[in-house]
Amino acid sequence: MGGRLKTFWSRQHRRDGFLLGLAVGTFGVTFGVLSVSAGVSGLQAVMMSLLMFTGASQFAAVGVVSTGGDPMSALGAALLLAARNGAYALSMSQVMPSGKGSRLVAAQLIIDESTAMAEAQGNLGESREAFWITGLSVFFFWNLGTLIGVLVGGVVGDPFTWGLDAAFPAGFLALLMPHLKDRNKRRAAGIGGVVALVTVPLLPAGFPVLLAALGAVVATRIERQE
Amino acid sequence: MTWWLLAGLAAGCYCFKIGGVLTAGNLRLFGSGQSFLAYLTPAVLSGLIVVQTFDGGGRLTISALTAGVATGAVATSMKAPLPVVLLVASATTALTRLL
Repeated sequence: MGGRLKTFWSRQHRRDGFLLGLAVGTFGVTFGVLSVSAGVSGLQAVMMSLLMFTGASQFAAVGVVSTGGDPMSALGAALLLAARNGAYALSMSQVMPSGKGSRLVAAQLIIDESTAMAEAQGNLGESREAFWITGLSVFFFWNLGTLIGVLVGGVVGDPFTWGLDAAFPAGFLALLMPHLKDRNKRRAAGIGGVVALVTVPLLPAGFPVLLAALGAVVATRIERQE
Repeated sequence: MTWWLLAGLAAGCYCFKIGGVLTAGNLRLFGSGQSFLAYLTPAVLSGLIVVQTFDGGGRLTISALTAGVATGAVATSMKAPLPVVLLVASATTALTRLL
């Protein structure tokens, strides 16, 4: 057993996926604490993490509710942020399992972390494994964190004090960078980044990340003309 | 929060995910269609990195977090493994916030 466990952890993408889940878990605690203080019941906070399972949308919904916003604005703000998962899902069709039931489960695990980890791997087998390990690890720790936040409050302290909010963009950058060797992916990422940068001051949260998809449109067009 | 809102949020979030999976699964794509889907993730992730690094509530902001991401990027360019990148970025941000 010890030997098998050692063999399992010998692969870098497995360790990385587990670690990302752990980091996300600290924000799960924050989500639980914040929800309860915003007047969302503990049960509802736990259900949100289980069923929505996409952090930015959950924080946005609770934020709107806590400031007395109406349900439609909460829904709109949350779904705008959730739409990028649809873009990930579109591009992950090869990584998805073939069975119908397992596809329904896998779909729920499509989030920033699992997509970035799958994207960063060199072959399909490792992409699939990285997707499942990261997705399940994030799912486990995000929900455990929410439960802890709801029941016992902020025991891990504020993740912002630990600077953990910088870990995600830095980690995504580390996962994306190896791809930038491919000229077209480099174009897609570069244009996407510029579009997001320009639109952040102009448009509501959610739109800049969605519009970054334009980078893929332009890169495809350039490729076709070449 | 009403349970109706929670149900709407849960259904909406899952619809994007499963909708993307089913759409991609039923498409017969060739050439540029396949390229587009392959370029979608790098483009959107890049947008996400920019937003998470510079968005200070609808304004472009240089903050302790930006400093952390920048040092994380330096660690990445020196081929540091992911745990090291996460640690360097977090530690830089935490220390900058203490200043």
